[in-house]
Amino acid sequence: MISSIIFIITLGIAGFFIRKRVIRIQKNIQLGKVDRLDGPNNERWKNMLLVAFGQKKMFKRLTPAFFHFLIYAGFLIINLEVLEFVIDGIAGTHRIFAPFLGGFYNVLMNFFEFLAVAVLVSCIVFLVRRNVLKIDRFQSAEMTRWPRLDANLILTIEIILMMAILTMNASDQLLQTRDSHYVATGPLFFSGFLTSTLQSLNTSTLVFVERFCWWFHIVGILAFTVYITYSKHLHIFFAFINTYRAKLEPKGHINNMPVVTKEVKTMLGLPVEANTTTGEPGRFGAKDINDLTQTQLMAAYSCTECGRCTSECPANQTGKKLSPRKIMMDVRDRMEDVGNSLEKGGPGLSDGKFLLGDYITKEEINACTSCNACVEACPVLINPLEIILELRRYQAMEESSSPQQWNSMFQNIETSFAPWKFPASDRFNWAKMNS
Amino acid sequence: MNIPTLADLTAKGEQPEILFWVGCAGSFDDRAKRVTLAFVKILNAVGTKFAVLGNEETCTGDPARRAGNEFLFQMQAMNNIQLMNGYGVKKIVTACPHCFNTLKNEYPELGGNYEVIHHATYLQALINEGKIKMQGGGSFKGRKITYHDSCYLGRANNIYEAPREVLQALDADLVEMKRCRTTGLCCGAGGAQMFKEPENGKKDINIARTEEALATGATTIAVACPFCMTMMTDGVKNKEKESAVQVKDLAELVAEANGL
Repeated sequence: MISSIIFIITLGIAGFFIRKRVIRIQKNIQLGKVDRLDGPNNERWKNMLLVAFGQKKMFKRLTPAFFHFLIYAGFLIINLEVLEFVIDGIAGTHRIFAPFLGGFYNVLMNFFEFLAVAVLVSCIVFLVRRNVLKIDRFQSAEMTRWPRLDANLILTIEIILMMAILTMNASDQLLQTRDSHYVATGPLFFSGFLTSTLQSLNTSTLVFVERFCWWFHIVGILAFTVYITYSKHLHIFFAFINTYRAKLEPKGHINNMPVVTKEVKTMLGLPVEANTTTGEPGRFGAKDINDLTQTQLMAAYSCTECGRCTSECPANQTGKKLSPRKIMMDVRDRMEDVGNSLEKGGPGLSDGKFLLGDYITKEEINACTSCNACVEACPVLINPLEIILELRRYQAMEESSSPQQWNSMFQNIETSFAPWKFPASDRFNWAKMNS
Repeated sequence: MNIPTLADLTAKGEQPEILFWVGCAGSFDDRAKRVTLAFVKILNAVGTKFAVLGNEETCTGDPARRAGNEFLFQMQAMNNIQLMNGYGVKKIVTACPHCFNTLKNEYPELGGNYEVIHHATYLQALINEGKIKMQGGGSFKGRKITYHDSCYLGRANNIYEAPREVLQALDADLVEMKRCRTTGLCCGAGGAQMFKEPENGKKDINIARTEEALATGATTIAVACPFCMTMMTDGVKNKEKESAVQVKDLAELVAEANGL
């Protein structure tokens, strides 16, 4: 009875912290501009099913895709076991599903154990890739102490949680032979290898080990859930929404600015559609996160910092400062900084800092070739290019501070209708070149 | 050579089948002008009734938009749309993937709705329809050609196969670079980079891409974009390989194969 109360209180505490973070993240995303989703919904569902659920884009790189798939499948399926944990915890029961499922419970438990081992092995492989093999994309400049620690923490926590399940099952199997309270699960293959090491323990120690692992696993999962909200690991949730909200137009398309259309039409004396007057003036382009759309801000929370974008970026690969991953990390950092400030009653967005300038430099955004390699590479359909272009729009239209050669190019287009300084009247001279 | 302008045709009360959008590079850049002429020769050879805008054509606004100057882009776009809608243009072909992308994907929102085709797709269609007959391969037999994907054709618009099919029709030996199609490396000129010096780094992008192209052992680097043409040509010069390796546009190769 007491354990049930403690469990419910634990659940409540975890729920409190998770709720608090969810509300904060929601408010952070709502700092952005509301954007309407155009295009057919079935295309969006298809993207979500294929890319998020089906991990289609992950399989462009087979080794990480294989191990990531094991962790992903483990995460989805082992959560069914967590349901039993929670019911047991509240009701004070032990393996409540076992009597209902009979022989199938044994199949299920063995399958869960297989997944637990698969997750454990995959996490070790990933730790080795990051820390021993030192795969390039995990070593870039933006992978400072916290992002590296974050990744290693996630992998280590997952390993420990899986070990707890296996140890719990091993001690449980031994207890089944000694105490009728422990429901027969049938033989479990993987934890069976651990029973010999626990064999010599007396029953009360085994009971303690089993309970400790049970509590450790469930409290661990709850704590991990809270941690995830501060971590890059949030992709497990946002990947689904992000793929749904991803752009459907061809990648080459850049979002139109209706406010500008209205002004240009007025300047050219063209008729302006009546209902376009509602557009609030605002800034042209983006200087800070509130100039970006909610989809773009949410994308930053979907980013798991895998660096596939950066490893494909031609600017980054030739030593320029631009890194599409850093763009997404900076957007998220700015949101978190503003959100934390607001939470403490601080100035929030008016803290004198801006996304462009204090987080992302002009040198970075100006190095982009808009080649879409980063967009193509992202396994969850994040579009760093859109954000880079919004920042360039601010630079060009609000500050007129584009690189000098771009300003000359603008001038050439204005005066001779070509980006180069040739007289417009020479445009058709190519026809005289050869006949 | 017959190069009618849309103004001339309209004055005669005629309508072309297709408008050839030449683009700024195709009009002013000496190397790209040769591609423009090669394409015009092909159009004339197959008897396509086409027209160009001549001096009435102006920049699509692509580099302005990508450098962030949305006002300038929309001014250009609106003027071009006014002009083309005035002529009743329905179908456009262009040899520039940047013009292609802008005309096809970005003009509709501003009132310009046309069927826009890149010349790679157009050439492929001419070959498939048998309008261009490749004369038995000839000089292309066994010639190693590698195709450099333009970002604005490939990733931006999912056109990967048309240019390759054109090259295969030449009976040439098509070899792929390590990074091609969806993972093709940019030449470094997109996003208005063509018009400024690159930011500081350890290498220029076009050099990196040229190295990948040279690694295939190809003697011809085929491109389908005037900016890629400039970047790859500069890269080959930088590697002092210009006597052994040539950079050619698809239209030039097709014209050459047909003795045009």
